[in-house]
Amino acid sequence: MLGYVAKRLLLMIPTFFGITVLTFFIIKLAPGDPALMRVQMQGMGKVDAQMAAQIVEETRKLYGLDQPLYVQYGKWMKRLVTLDFGESYADHRPVIEKIKEAFPITILLNVLTIIIIYVISIPVGIFTALKPQSWWDYGSALLLFILYSLPSFWVAALLMTYFAGGDYLNLFPIMGISSFGAESLPWYEYVSNVAWHLVLPIVCLTYGGFAFLARFARSNMLEVIHQDFMRTARAKGLSEWAVIMRHGFRNSLVPLVSLMGSLLPALLGGSVIIEQIFSIPGMGRLGFQSILQRDYPTIMALTAIEAVLTLLSILLSDLLYAVVDPRIRYGDD
Amino acid sequence: MATIKKSPSYWKMVWRQYRRNHLATWGLVFIAFLIVMALGAPWIATNKPLWCNASGSYCLKAPIPYTPTQYNLDESLMPPNRHHWLGTDEQGRDVAARMVFGSRISLAVGVVAVGIYVAIGILLGALAGYYGGWVDQVVSRAIEIMICFPTFFLILTLLAFLGPSIYNIMIIIGLTSWTGIARLVRGEFLKLKNQDFVQAAIALGASDSRVIFRHMLPNALAPVLVSATFGVAAAILIESGLSFLGFGVPPHIPSWGSILSQSQEFMDIAWWLTLVPGAAIFITITVYNIVGEGLRDAIDPRLKV
Repeated sequence: MLGYVAKRLLLMIPTFFGITVLTFFIIKLAPGDPALMRVQMQGMGKVDAQMAAQIVEETRKLYGLDQPLYVQYGKWMKRLVTLDFGESYADHRPVIEKIKEAFPITILLNVLTIIIIYVISIPVGIFTALKPQSWWDYGSALLLFILYSLPSFWVAALLMTYFAGGDYLNLFPIMGISSFGAESLPWYEYVSNVAWHLVLPIVCLTYGGFAFLARFARSNMLEVIHQDFMRTARAKGLSEWAVIMRHGFRNSLVPLVSLMGSLLPALLGGSVIIEQIFSIPGMGRLGFQSILQRDYPTIMALTAIEAVLTLLSILLSDLLYAVVDPRIRYGDD
Repeated sequence: MATIKKSPSYWKMVWRQYRRNHLATWGLVFIAFLIVMALGAPWIATNKPLWCNASGSYCLKAPIPYTPTQYNLDESLMPPNRHHWLGTDEQGRDVAARMVFGSRISLAVGVVAVGIYVAIGILLGALAGYYGGWVDQVVSRAIEIMICFPTFFLILTLLAFLGPSIYNIMIIIGLTSWTGIARLVRGEFLKLKNQDFVQAAIALGASDSRVIFRHMLPNALAPVLVSATFGVAAAILIESGLSFLGFGVPPHIPSWGSILSQSQEFMDIAWWLTLVPGAAIFITITVYNIVGEGLRDAIDPRLKV
């Protein structure tokens, strides 16, 4: 096992290298000169041409844009490993600071989402599997299929029109994760204020994953139900409940645990569309805003961070798989 | 003398199995309808008569007698009615005409983007699975690198840099989404490599490309086809999401996502502007998913649970 982990970690080095090279060159694909654009964005375009050219030259030097690509890459890499992503082109704040602000919000949103997804979908999946080919099974299969295919931005737009903003029902706030000045409220009111803001975005983030996971849980359970050890458990006289819960349910959980690993990347990156629609200042919205503002350091930082975290979570999910399922052994080959 | 009955081919068996699933069969009919609509858009939605008799006394009008860009500010934001079946938008353009033309974008993006990444995925997966060794190592690293990138964010970034156009959307989705197919084909090839018929083909001196494309690939295509069908649904969803964020096709070209995006300002007064494109996206994605599931069940009835 330890040897396997070491081997995987070693294999991650070329992957990490590939991720950084790709990130770097994607940014270099960008048309236009970021230095020039910065000057124009700050309204300095009005100064005379010679001066503008000088400012561009200085900015280029300031950000090291006048050096050859491999030098720029080397410098960027060097700062990357120390988590120094430079300062944002948009507001001159350190990129890491902006990410530190956005990260907890996305984590809060997505941890809640994942918990809700798992808590609802596993029982639904299992109970539909217990009565296959019943009306309950067909009905829920149809419903899950519909939920699975509903575009979340459409649902978000509909929910916002009909349940927020006040044209129809004014039940929920339209944007952000808390009301203005909510920080000064007592903690319980603050928590309920945030919860109130999170209802609609969480609904939008939840239903798709819920449908996916419930279908997945159902097919896992169906597979387990026909196994020999289930018949053995019944034959030795266990109650149906014990057979289902102790022997069936626990075995059907194995693939669900490993799925956690593939859910993690989405959890870390946040949803660009949902965060944008609901104006939630998380990672997804930060990414979208920095694309709109051509804020290259932030785009590079977000891409690199998310890619590396995904790399780690893939490893984690593989290891988790071995922990949960003793039949899987790594490193013996 | 006994007649020897030819056993049905693999694809014939799959088709027979598929036909048993009525929902999936109707899904296929619906996709055919969408294709006809997309291809026939210039004749379905046009303000020019389709045909006139010699004297010009009688003309056959198009089913939707408006073009997608024809505006009439006197008729802005009209709810669905006799003339405008699906209402009009804020510039008085006919929503039905825009939807018909929008279906071309969805279909084109879905088919071309998936076509690109299926080609890349098959090639890389086949090479990795067939040759193994360092080729496999390189391809596997490349797959791992691509998987790690946040796909939607990457697509948005590239699109912002290269400029929003339908061709860029197709190419970018194609270049970023091939990992699933590559892994699938690699796995199939690893399984097939040791089968007798492949070893026999190699022993007979068939060239590598012949073994890969003539002997192994046909046996690995079925799961690729299933994955590609789901992929079309995903690509349509990505395109409409991009258009919704304003990163899709240029605004004057109607696409379902951009119609939905433009409707946001008028959501409270013009429900049809949100309902129509959203429902179209939803139904199309559902149908592709139904067809994909039907295909999967037909190809491997064991998986049907």
